[in-house]
Amino acid sequence: MAGRGTRDGGRVLLEVKGLRVAVLGNEILKGVDLAIRDGEVHAIMGPNGSGKSTLAQVLAGHPAYTVVAGTVKYDGKDLLGMKPEERARAGVFLAFQYPVEIRGITNSYFLRSALNALRRERGEPELDPIDFLQVLEEKVKAIGWDDSMMNRPVNEGFSGGEKKRNEILQLAVLEPRMAILDETDSGLDIDALKTVAHAVNQLRRPDRAFLIVTHYQRLLNHIRPDVVHVLADGRIVKTGGPELALELEAKGYDWLRDGVMVS
Amino acid sequence: MTSIEAHVQQPYKYGFVTDIESEVVPAGLNEDVIRLISAKKGEPEWMLEWRLKAYGNWLKMSEPHWPNVKYGPIDYQAISYYAAPKKLPKLDSLDQVDPKLVATFAKLGIPIEEQKRLTGVAVDAVFDSVSVATTFQAELAKYGVIFMPISQAIREHADLVQKYLGTVVPYNDNFFAALNSAVFTDGSFVYVPKGVRCPLELSTYFRINASSTGQFERTLIIAEEGSYVSYLEGCSAPTRDENQLHAAVVELVALDNAQIKYSTIQNWYPGDEEGRGGIYNFVTKRGKCAGRNSKISWTQVETGSAITWKYPGCILQGDNSIGEFYSVAVTSHRQQADTGTKMIHLGKNTRSTIVSKGISAGHGQNTYRGLVKIMKGAEGARNYSQCDSMLIGDKCGAHTFPYIDVRNSTAIMEHEASTSKIGEDQIFYLRQRGLSSEDAVSMIVNGFCKEVFKELPMEFAVEATRLLGISLEGSVG
Repeated sequence: MAGRGTRDGGRVLLEVKGLRVAVLGNEILKGVDLAIRDGEVHAIMGPNGSGKSTLAQVLAGHPAYTVVAGTVKYDGKDLLGMKPEERARAGVFLAFQYPVEIRGITNSYFLRSALNALRRERGEPELDPIDFLQVLEEKVKAIGWDDSMMNRPVNEGFSGGEKKRNEILQLAVLEPRMAILDETDSGLDIDALKTVAHAVNQLRRPDRAFLIVTHYQRLLNHIRPDVVHVLADGRIVKTGGPELALELEAKGYDWLRDGVMVS
Repeated sequence: MTSIEAHVQQPYKYGFVTDIESEVVPAGLNEDVIRLISAKKGEPEWMLEWRLKAYGNWLKMSEPHWPNVKYGPIDYQAISYYAAPKKLPKLDSLDQVDPKLVATFAKLGIPIEEQKRLTGVAVDAVFDSVSVATTFQAELAKYGVIFMPISQAIREHADLVQKYLGTVVPYNDNFFAALNSAVFTDGSFVYVPKGVRCPLELSTYFRINASSTGQFERTLIIAEEGSYVSYLEGCSAPTRDENQLHAAVVELVALDNAQIKYSTIQNWYPGDEEGRGGIYNFVTKRGKCAGRNSKISWTQVETGSAITWKYPGCILQGDNSIGEFYSVAVTSHRQQADTGTKMIHLGKNTRSTIVSKGISAGHGQNTYRGLVKIMKGAEGARNYSQCDSMLIGDKCGAHTFPYIDVRNSTAIMEHEASTSKIGEDQIFYLRQRGLSSEDAVSMIVNGFCKEVFKELPMEFAVEATRLLGISLEGSVG
């Protein structure tokens, strides 16, 4: 089904050109180019400190990062000129590597507020708690989960795995067009990893693209990407199909890093 | 944190001045002024004597400077101690209330006309030094509940006032309480007879309007055996560059098996970004659980005032009595708050709960100061205290001074405290889900305050949530 061939088929949803990003004066991304089409699943792999998470955060609009140069177009719009909430309302979703806790606010209240913010943007009526519950049940069932986390405060007292699952649950309810998963596999045991991967696969759609940031290949055994990029030292040094992930698993990242230095 | 500090505050919403003809007595404080206030209120001789005794004591006392707040000297001779609209209605005829006053309270969300009254809530509206309207008085009287301005109660229910006034907060309790005892003007009086559950929420709204005046309200609530009452006070004042003094005294008495729930939504003018103007809110509030199994519960949401100095406390005298204190105090701009509670355990198996939430933003300074005292005879007393502080930005401060004094070894004390900072990451997380930064802050703050808000009467919980949103709006970017 979704092989590399789709790359030339769909419309480009996200187009990153020459992106350079600094944090506290240190340049982390040194010129990234990337094009993701509707419905594609791209994986960004790379060693620690290569800038993978920076890329995810910058696309979502985290204020701590300064864009030094480059452009990002999303659905034809200048993504970098949009506030984080505007990006979210336009369909950009980031599943956080470290989801934050919000004391005293239930998951269900939080998620309903978020969904209603999106619905307002689309000119749709807001959902009251009862209507929301129905929507929620439907979405949760679709990925084969239950809604037992919904009445607990947002991420408070959640295990690492629960936090990651909660991110995917939000993805399922908020239905973004561009979903960015930042190291969603980190800290998950193999069963939790399978559960999360299964849910993500259920959420793949022709009008929804994924950018999956991961250090290890193991997540990609369960979510088959269309395109794999290797980010090293702030640049994409190699792009290929799913087989590239396997190659990285076998050889590690060093051969690519050497390549960077040579070229 | 620069973007968190970027926006700071939306203007105070209740800062308007009502243009109304007022009678203001010349500034200054002496025995003649006290005699004048007493005469204006048509008070009996004993009341005047009590005031003068308080004044005599006040002259010998000095202003307390132990609170963790800073302000310039107060010139007590530059304050006018009485201000009242000239056209006052006759008693029991709300129709005669000056339309300007009706409009003022309507603007504050407190309709006092017959047809627009809040359902389920009886309101006493106090404007500067006088009560201008008290709704549902007749309906409450059917249950034997007395709800009226204290100046009226002094005339009409002298026996009750004389029996209880000053029994919880003596006239010489502290500097500001003594000042209040000498010059208090209006406030509410509540009496709930034996076995009666007050059918309405009772509420007093205090409005300062005149400039260069102080407001010195006095409230006395008595709950007889087995009765229950829920009371709420609100307040606001015009935006002015001068500081105005508000020194109130509130006394609560709960007899056997009685319960008093006292809630405050304090929204006095807080001053501007530079700290110009604002109310000095120096208040003494105390309840006495005089009877067995009685319960007094204080809930306060303090968002206004340049300086807040108040420690609503409970004297747990009756065996098995319960004292509670739930507080949210917000300081932003240059506001300073030194607030908390005193729980004095005298009776056996007395219990107290303290939940304090301090929120500091801008250059605000927020201090929790609380005393839990277990006296020798208080066998089996228990206290649970929780003090949480939240910081927004990096120029504000949070301070906690819990005092614990235990004189009975059977006491069980628990104390929990936390300090957290609303961080860029928390805000970003919520914005990434589509919420605006204002909504994000308000969600985080409301979650933080949830344990206190759930104690507020339903009718006012929404108001409190909204108010908190306003006073913090823009403090995070």
